[in-house]
Amino acid sequence: MDSTTETGRRATAASSAPPAFPSSGSEPPAIELRGISKAFGPVQANKDITLSVARGAIHGIVGENGAGKSTLMSILYGFYRADAGEIFINGERREIHNSQDAIAAGIGMVFQHFKLVENFTVLENVILGAEEGALLRPSLARARDLLTTLAAEYELSVDPEALIEDLTVGHQQRVEILKALYRKADILILDEPTGVLTPAEADHLFRILRNLRDEGKTIILITHKLREIMDITDTVSVMRRGQMTATVKTAETGPEQLAELMVGRKVLLEVEKTPAHPGPAVLEIEDLRVTDESGVDRLKGISLQVRAGEILGIAGVSGNGQSELLEVLGGYRNASGRILLNGIPLDLSGRHSDGQSRRAAGIAHVPEDRQREGLIMEFAAWENIAFGYHNDPKYQKNTLFMDNRALREDTRQKMKHFDVRPPIPRLKARNFSGGNQQKLVLAREIERNPDLLLVGQPTRGVDIGAIEFIHKRIIELRDQGKAILLVSVELEEILSLSDRIVVMFDGRIMGERIPAETDERELGLLMAGVQNGETT
Amino acid sequence: MERLPRWADVFLVPFINLLLAFFVSGLVVLAVGEDPVKAVWVMLKGSLGSTAGLGYTLYYATNYIFTGLAVAIAFHARLFNIGGEGQAAIAGVGVALVLLAANWPHWMLALPFAIIGAGAFGAMWAAIPAYLQARRGSHIVITTIMFNFIAAAVMGFLLNGWLKSPRTQNAESLPFPPGAHLPTAHELLAPLGIGFSKSAPLNISFLLALLCAWLVFLLLWRTRLGYAIRAFGQSESAARYAGISAVRIIMITMLISGALAGMLSINVVMGEQGRLIKEFVEGAGFVGIAVALMGRSHPFGIVLAAILFGMLTQGGFELLWEMPNLSKEMVLVIQALIILFTGALDNMVRAPLERLFLYFNRRKEGAV
Repeated sequence: MDSTTETGRRATAASSAPPAFPSSGSEPPAIELRGISKAFGPVQANKDITLSVARGAIHGIVGENGAGKSTLMSILYGFYRADAGEIFINGERREIHNSQDAIAAGIGMVFQHFKLVENFTVLENVILGAEEGALLRPSLARARDLLTTLAAEYELSVDPEALIEDLTVGHQQRVEILKALYRKADILILDEPTGVLTPAEADHLFRILRNLRDEGKTIILITHKLREIMDITDTVSVMRRGQMTATVKTAETGPEQLAELMVGRKVLLEVEKTPAHPGPAVLEIEDLRVTDESGVDRLKGISLQVRAGEILGIAGVSGNGQSELLEVLGGYRNASGRILLNGIPLDLSGRHSDGQSRRAAGIAHVPEDRQREGLIMEFAAWENIAFGYHNDPKYQKNTLFMDNRALREDTRQKMKHFDVRPPIPRLKARNFSGGNQQKLVLAREIERNPDLLLVGQPTRGVDIGAIEFIHKRIIELRDQGKAILLVSVELEEILSLSDRIVVMFDGRIMGERIPAETDERELGLLMAGVQNGETT
Repeated sequence: MERLPRWADVFLVPFINLLLAFFVSGLVVLAVGEDPVKAVWVMLKGSLGSTAGLGYTLYYATNYIFTGLAVAIAFHARLFNIGGEGQAAIAGVGVALVLLAANWPHWMLALPFAIIGAGAFGAMWAAIPAYLQARRGSHIVITTIMFNFIAAAVMGFLLNGWLKSPRTQNAESLPFPPGAHLPTAHELLAPLGIGFSKSAPLNISFLLALLCAWLVFLLLWRTRLGYAIRAFGQSESAARYAGISAVRIIMITMLISGALAGMLSINVVMGEQGRLIKEFVEGAGFVGIAVALMGRSHPFGIVLAAILFGMLTQGGFELLWEMPNLSKEMVLVIQALIILFTGALDNMVRAPLERLFLYFNRRKEGAV
């Protein structure tokens, strides 16, 4: 911790020029990739990738979905084998065939979806797979000591004896980092680490990362949030369609340039929209309460209104009742309270209502998780276009049979309107990219011309080019005088799309704001349950 | 991109599985000192070499089509119905009750009622596990297995009591009236001038099986209900979102599944035995699982797989006859190996084959 700090801050070695062999005296880069290529069938996921990351730097990798970031990191972590190319760690050529090799080379990975045993303690998770000997006790004792040291050094504090299931998401992520450090990782790869965090938690994570860097660790941050790249990285690489299009110093670039490099054309980061002209209330919710199967109160008396021709954004960290609210409105979760749609009460008991009756009433729903709810991944695109509307008379040939031909024709049209690529109705949903899957769902729901559109996480896992398109479509629907309820964990999206914002925390509404009169900091505090400086 | 071209998925993978199964079976045959090539020849000749052999092969295949379809339709709703055995047995009671209730003048009149009896009883036997799954969350694999045992006990009780024929010592019902006799292949083909073995039990039920396969295809891929069944089977959470009722789909699918399994009793009880005996299903309910797996849960594949398993069954009996060194258990081992390779070990062949195709595809692209 003495000599490393001095050499640690040098973040200069990453350059877009082909890396030369380090001359004697200068330190070799922590990671050097030369000519990495990887194909999955006809898809070239990585094409001749060359990358060099200096020791003690935070290096960002940005790119759209499917640009090949995850593939590249999976190669580095030994999940895939590259078809061609070489990996050098600290100047030494390494063959990484599996994650054990990666760990031996000093590489640690923090996945987007944590790989923790929920009903084990923090300590047990940390030593899992790295136990020394058959008896657990010595390993546990050693891990406990190390955790105490690390907690002090890097602000990585977490209760070693707590069960994972009792920890917040932010703390669970710290356990993942501790796991990597326990395995003596010098190089830490984080895949979309802030997706599940509140702004405050994300700030804390960044402090930890800076501390780690200052101690000489090398950090690779994969993200699609350009703001984070600007905030924390020293250098940044942009990937597009399997190729590394640029590697630049963060200080010498800006979000607009990065976005352009990612997409390959100029991108509108701001959403263009005219002021809303709200009409009468379409949706009125009064004192909505939901208790889930295990007896936990998920919604604790929600009241809100959505008027025709406006977008109401619901901000909040996921898991604070937004999903339940959407499910109640979508007809597949029971609740108590009152919901009026165009003045007519909706059944909340589940006895006379389901997804079908809600659709008939004029509610369309783009669910938060398109792969689990919005689409049947193994169904063809045309079968998915009927999903939820398969009883629609338009899709029936006669009383017995469905009109598959009409359905395919309808799909072709919808794919055209929503620029779904490739526009092939018989292709299975899982063969479309995330953005095109989402466009399929949006095409199905928006073209129903609903009175109320529920939209959950419309751009989660969707690339920048498609985000622009999706936002435009949602605003178009608003301008046609429809009511839109938007749920998103992306504050930027909430701020730019919504006409009014409601913040949810712990099943309650923390407050309502007008986008022009608030900012991310204020919303972030509300999202964390802080109202007027007090924690609730 | 699909990983395997469709033809490889549908034909090549099962074919390689089959070859592997025959290879390992061949080792078993070799181990007991018989000639494996001769064994294969005996099985082929015994199952296809004469109209009698063919008649038996297709008779067994008829059973397997019914039970295979029953398993497959449940598969599509992600339900594992292992209860075909019991459902078919209880359906036999339904057939017997219908056919013993009247002095049927002609099979054409008796058959529709027998089908209703078989379907209703088979469906009823599937309904209870289905209800327990849909409403109470009791796992359908466990309950349907239990119901196989209960069905066996019920059969024993009925055939030693209420339904027992007073004319014999055996646990069997009275014979059905002659008017309820289903035409055999011999009787059907004779007017057309085609000679067919008189002894083979193949009867008109085979056509009923093909019809059922066609109906199942239409149901699954052409109707709203089939759409809902497949959607539910693919993703329960998505079905919830779409407003497809889990309870409704589980109940309806299992009722259809039970009724299909029940059709087996038309072939065996009405077509072949002419009375109700105790253990007439003879494991066909379980073979249906292998048939559905090998047929990839598609009616067309199921018909092909059922014929193959019909050949195995019939060929197996011939093997016993021709090769005294092979015991009944040995033949069972061979059949089990084929089920193992085609059903359970499917991925063993699939994964390397996928890699092979990837490799060649890339080579092809490299050349272009």
